[in-house]
Amino acid sequence: MARIGVFICHCGENISATVDCGKVCEAASKLKHVAYATEYKYMCSDPGQSLVKNAIIEHKLTGVVVSACSPRMHEPTFRKATAEGGLNPFLCEMANLREHCSWVHEKGEATTEKAIDIVRTLVEKVKRNAALQPIRVPVTKAALVIGGGIAGIQAALDIANCGHKVIMVERSPSIGGHMSQLSETFPTLDCSQCILTPRMVEVLQHPNITLYSYAEVEQLDGFIGNFVAKIRKKAKSLDEKACTGCGLCITKCPQKKIPNEFEEGMGFRPAIYVPFPQAVPNRPVIDKANCTYYIKGKCKVCEIVCPTKAIRFDQEDEVIDVEVGAVVVATGFDIKRADFFPEYGYGKLKDVIDGLQFERLASASGPTNGEILRPSDGQKPKNIVFIACAGSRDPAKGIAYCSKICCMYTAKHAMLYKHKVHEGNAHVFYMDIRSAGKNYDEFVRRAIEEDHVNYIRGRVSTVYERDGKLIVKGVDTLLGAQPVEIVADMVVLATAGVANPGAEELAQRLHVSYDSHKFFAEAHPKLKPVETNTAGIFLAGACQNPKDIPDSVSQASGAAVKVAALFSQSELTREPLVAAVNRFGPPLYSTCVGCFMCQPVCPYQAIEREEIKSRDGKVIKSLAKINEGLCQGCGTCVALCRSKSIDLYGYTNEQVYTEVVALLNDY
Amino acid sequence: MSDFEPKVVAFVCNWCTYAGADLTGTSRIKYATNVKIIRFPCTGRIDFMLLLKSFANGADGIIISGCHPNDCHYTSGNFHAKRRWIMFKELMDFMGIDMKRITYSWVSAAEGARWAEVVNTTVARVRELGPYVSYQKMVNTHIEEEVTNE
Repeated sequence: MARIGVFICHCGENISATVDCGKVCEAASKLKHVAYATEYKYMCSDPGQSLVKNAIIEHKLTGVVVSACSPRMHEPTFRKATAEGGLNPFLCEMANLREHCSWVHEKGEATTEKAIDIVRTLVEKVKRNAALQPIRVPVTKAALVIGGGIAGIQAALDIANCGHKVIMVERSPSIGGHMSQLSETFPTLDCSQCILTPRMVEVLQHPNITLYSYAEVEQLDGFIGNFVAKIRKKAKSLDEKACTGCGLCITKCPQKKIPNEFEEGMGFRPAIYVPFPQAVPNRPVIDKANCTYYIKGKCKVCEIVCPTKAIRFDQEDEVIDVEVGAVVVATGFDIKRADFFPEYGYGKLKDVIDGLQFERLASASGPTNGEILRPSDGQKPKNIVFIACAGSRDPAKGIAYCSKICCMYTAKHAMLYKHKVHEGNAHVFYMDIRSAGKNYDEFVRRAIEEDHVNYIRGRVSTVYERDGKLIVKGVDTLLGAQPVEIVADMVVLATAGVANPGAEELAQRLHVSYDSHKFFAEAHPKLKPVETNTAGIFLAGACQNPKDIPDSVSQASGAAVKVAALFSQSELTREPLVAAVNRFGPPLYSTCVGCFMCQPVCPYQAIEREEIKSRDGKVIKSLAKINEGLCQGCGTCVALCRSKSIDLYGYTNEQVYTEVVALLNDY
Repeated sequence: MSDFEPKVVAFVCNWCTYAGADLTGTSRIKYATNVKIIRFPCTGRIDFMLLLKSFANGADGIIISGCHPNDCHYTSGNFHAKRRWIMFKELMDFMGIDMKRITYSWVSAAEGARWAEVVNTTVARVRELGPYVSYQKMVNTHIEEEVTNE
């Protein structure tokens, strides 16, 4: 005889404000097989959990229904409490009275009735729960880090320094990411290259790190502790072992007019190239789309000049499988590009550039060797205008969020300009200055007070060209919305930070969630900021949302600790919510007829063929068998099985049909 | 008919729509109380016989919702569900089941507002259609008697 305990949580006032918890408790206590029902203000608190534990012992409960928040929030908490009360943790279910009831409905009788319906449904379900034992799976103690920017580098080094193997995959020919493009970093104005490049070299030389540059993750299969990643190593047309990185091929390549991605299109590179002089690994790749040999079938100058004969034109992409136990996604961000700001002439007027282009102009290794020069005529701009929030915080443009880094880097840009062009004037149009961070506000004050940058609070409506000058028309809201017109030589837009192109595709390959802006979604906005909803996959850096360097590094270290914690165990326990083919005693008595229709629908190849043999070795029956190590419990085979021979623990046919009946019938 | 409150059952997957409905709650977006959610690991797990079971037990409308194509936590469960749904839909239509009472949708974990919209439009539509007594008539003559007695 089932003895169910129902525990109704008020969640402070979150539930009790709209749901009459007393009434729910009374109704629950009258349900068939409910031996005990109670309510409490905070069921997840220590006394609340003790309530559950003691009631299990005192009332000899055989099942527990905690009617509180979403099971996605506190199911583990209450399963643990149930286990501590001496009951199998899988005999605990949660009725979602907060997210699915009290928060989405007004106070009233209908809301309370819905709450009672939900509780009744779960009481009926939990009666049919089985006492399951967790599945133990081994852990592969190697991590895959996707993305070689500062977040990926930090995560890789931290994990590797814990003594675990790391495989780093970087899409471009060199690691370094956007940080390697920056000139100087706020709020200290130290050179970005000086602090980044030693860490890049460390990654290359670390005995625990294997670096695959110019490679992409094509597929990820498996589950926490046991992933298999398919990595496509794009053909570099180069024998990396033979190449010494002398760079002779780069200087001799006749194709020299390819816009340089690293310089944000402000310089040129040949078809065989390293992205920048401090690249890691410092070996060239051939850009097949622009190489004369690959286009026209002849040239091969690089092969002729190469002193070590390292060029391999016949090299093909290589796809390798690597086994890892955890994944850190650190694929970074991008900025909004041309066409997005027709009113600012971006992409049309040569002297209207974006933040990253300005970084390259200000960088000592940039196309102008660190001199701030106009892209159109190479003159020093006497008047420069910075437009903050270009695209950010603009719901009309589809980006309602704040890109977080632009206030700071705009202040930095204005400062760098003033340090390099002493007689020049810098103007900044801003909406608000958001400089929360250690020494951040002081930095902005310094730009205004010591470097005399002219901050104008207001938006710019248009930028257009007149007599070789850029006319910036805006408004100063602190002077009573007075129109402002500045005749500028150059305009820098702090364009919104956006998700990397291809982020959505990668999320789909990794089976992680993403938000409406294609940024990867964390498992919980406050309490699980580095985890994803897919166990074993963690986030680091700006792939989650725009972040500055200190935040990216902290998050990367956080992700690394999560990975290290995972690897500190030799075995993982996994939820046993897997499918199984029915077996009544001897295998001959299964209702499975062996049609194997379930095999092709299984996304994990978890369904195997089992052959039952008679004494003389003749096969008398074959039936499906589910490998519980591979099964992830999606249940597609259960719904498909024509003879209803497969069932899914935790969501058995009996349970779900009872749920439907209980939900719709008052009894 | 004005005091008719339809009973709507929602079959949702754990990873997208259940989380999306959680987000509706976290964002405090209000929707009709008529919908009650049953959680599944994946829409691929949803046995469409459950729909008939629901109607037989007095449901007036049904929502099935899972991850958007390509976003399935289990890679392809939502595709299998959709494929089976295409077949089953035809069959149910042929059997004379009112397909306007069933909503098949995709709501991601980030679409809290969309979940409220799906619920509200379904409830409004089912409210207009009225109680689904004709199904119960079809399957259960006892219920038919009760209805005519009323």
